[in-house]
Amino acid sequence: MSIASPSVPAPAAAAAPAKRRPVVAIVLFALLALLPVAVSLGLPSHWLTLVTRAMIFAIAALSLDLILGVGGLVSFGHAAFVGIGAYATGIMITEGRGEALLILPVVLGLCALFAAVTGAVSLRTRGVTFIMITLAFGQMVYFLAQALSAYGGDDGLTLYERSTVLGFDVFKNRIGFFYVVLGVLVACYAVISVIVASRFGRVLRAARENATRVAVTGFHVGRIRLVAYIISGMIAGLSGFLLANQTEFVSPAYMSWPRSGELIFMVVLGGVGSLHGAIIGALAFLFAEDVLSGLTEHWKVIFGPMIVLFVLFTRGGLVGLMRKLGVGRHD
Amino acid sequence: MTTGLLIVQILNGLQLGILLFLVAAGLTLVFGVMDFINLAHGVQYMLGAYLAVTFVSLTGSFVLGLALALAAALVIGLALEFLVFRHLYERDHLDQVLATFGLILLLNQGVKMVWGAAPLSVPVPAFLAGNVALMEGILYPTYRFALIGAGLAVGALLWFVVEKTRTGMLLRAGASNAPMVSALGVDINKLFMIVFAFGTMLAAFAGAMAAPILSVEPGMGDNILILAFVVIVVGGIGSIRGAFVGALIVGLVDTLGRSFMNDLLRLFMSAPSARAAGAALSSMLIYLVMAIVLFVRPEGLLPAKGRA
Repeated sequence: MSIASPSVPAPAAAAAPAKRRPVVAIVLFALLALLPVAVSLGLPSHWLTLVTRAMIFAIAALSLDLILGVGGLVSFGHAAFVGIGAYATGIMITEGRGEALLILPVVLGLCALFAAVTGAVSLRTRGVTFIMITLAFGQMVYFLAQALSAYGGDDGLTLYERSTVLGFDVFKNRIGFFYVVLGVLVACYAVISVIVASRFGRVLRAARENATRVAVTGFHVGRIRLVAYIISGMIAGLSGFLLANQTEFVSPAYMSWPRSGELIFMVVLGGVGSLHGAIIGALAFLFAEDVLSGLTEHWKVIFGPMIVLFVLFTRGGLVGLMRKLGVGRHD
Repeated sequence: MTTGLLIVQILNGLQLGILLFLVAAGLTLVFGVMDFINLAHGVQYMLGAYLAVTFVSLTGSFVLGLALALAAALVIGLALEFLVFRHLYERDHLDQVLATFGLILLLNQGVKMVWGAAPLSVPVPAFLAGNVALMEGILYPTYRFALIGAGLAVGALLWFVVEKTRTGMLLRAGASNAPMVSALGVDINKLFMIVFAFGTMLAAFAGAMAAPILSVEPGMGDNILILAFVVIVVGGIGSIRGAFVGALIVGLVDTLGRSFMNDLLRLFMSAPSARAAGAALSSMLIYLVMAIVLFVRPEGLLPAKGRA
């Protein structure tokens, strides 16, 4: 996970994605697809809710991995996009416009707009300033949501129905919704993989290593990063749309800054820059949260030090660990 | 909008600015000299406030309690430096952000376990209770004046240390080029420790001084941390002068925006929509200021010398 110090190679991102066979991801998706079967065979149905939620966060983590892992830009305001997506969805459902085909363009458009405006400002800076600015912009949206008194303000907004697709209540059935989320996750993984392997993705990755050299080669680094930032924001907005539908509730807490920190941790936990790592990281994170919060209400006292120890003592995240154990070799 | 109200709100803005300066100064120094982004800095502000609650009620004296709280905060800060931060200086910013984020989770929750989730407060010390009459019929609490005065005094002391002493010279040199300072034979680890102790004390002092006027609660450090980031970005990273100017701008803009945005908007809006828009706009105002400053000067208003 090297972004500032060139001495440590970024392990997961080092392999050229074009040559990667997405074996791990395919196995992972297959296992996920079998989960409803396991539930029907007696696994507690709590798992279905938990994994659906984990996959929604996996979509957000995946989108963050595009700019953080591949682009090398540590955005600490990514939860804002999830929140914008969730709020746009919640407000439209409340206003009686619950059709997903109406909501989605609004969600994607708003996230693209917010990413374009804040990205244009924050991408003018590097490193630590970028972290601080994305954090501040994220907080700005958080306060904006708190001030939306017509839509619940600080208390959040309870939704009384889920979105419909072409008028059908596809999202109402829990298993149906599970497969919708899985489908979106697979699609996002595929899209981001294609982007990463494309010429655009190569330039983005090259700019992480040495922006000046890429600029001298004739590429407009700022513009490429901005496009990546916008794509990433739109995909995160998509996860917000799903999150609002799953929880039937939206609240400013969705975009509070610890949420952004958790998304970063999911990406790092899985292994920066390897896309399936972000998915594994999100799943592991939500399982850990579920188990620990079942043990004690003070679970963060355990979880916080776990993050610290993880950062201090591991490199390359879970995917790096798996690679050391010989699982999921790419080359 | 009367003149009296305006004066009161300007004083409130100054007071927020002073608190922000104390927090941001430590943060910007630590970042400037050590290239270390410490998200847990806000937690140190919170710890200062909580320790003040405990020690003031134990000793029954505000001054004594403040001194003990500062000492305890310093001990905790140095323990964290020894256990965690020291191992992060050589790491990239992503690792630093994550590890200190983990510490925030731990300490926010830990504070909840030790002191409870309910907001606490520190009584205003007797010798600073009461009000000062600003003008006919307008009173302003003496303690808040004392807070502004104490903050300015600490600011002046900081300026003196940084600009006029040998340690300060090393700090400034470190902020421009830490490897070079090290190469010239200065014990950089000791310098880092001094900088870190400085920053911790400043944040804890701000927290303890804020305890009598703000509610002391878990997470109180997070909001001030993000405001301190805005201050640093506006002022320019690594620059104490920038932190001072940035803190006053953010404090004043935020306070005045929240007080007068409604009235301003009502000039060309109906009352309910002015209230709704005013609430939204005033909470976004400082971020808009930050965006504008960055757009015009990406390096901040008063960047540290020798940094790009």
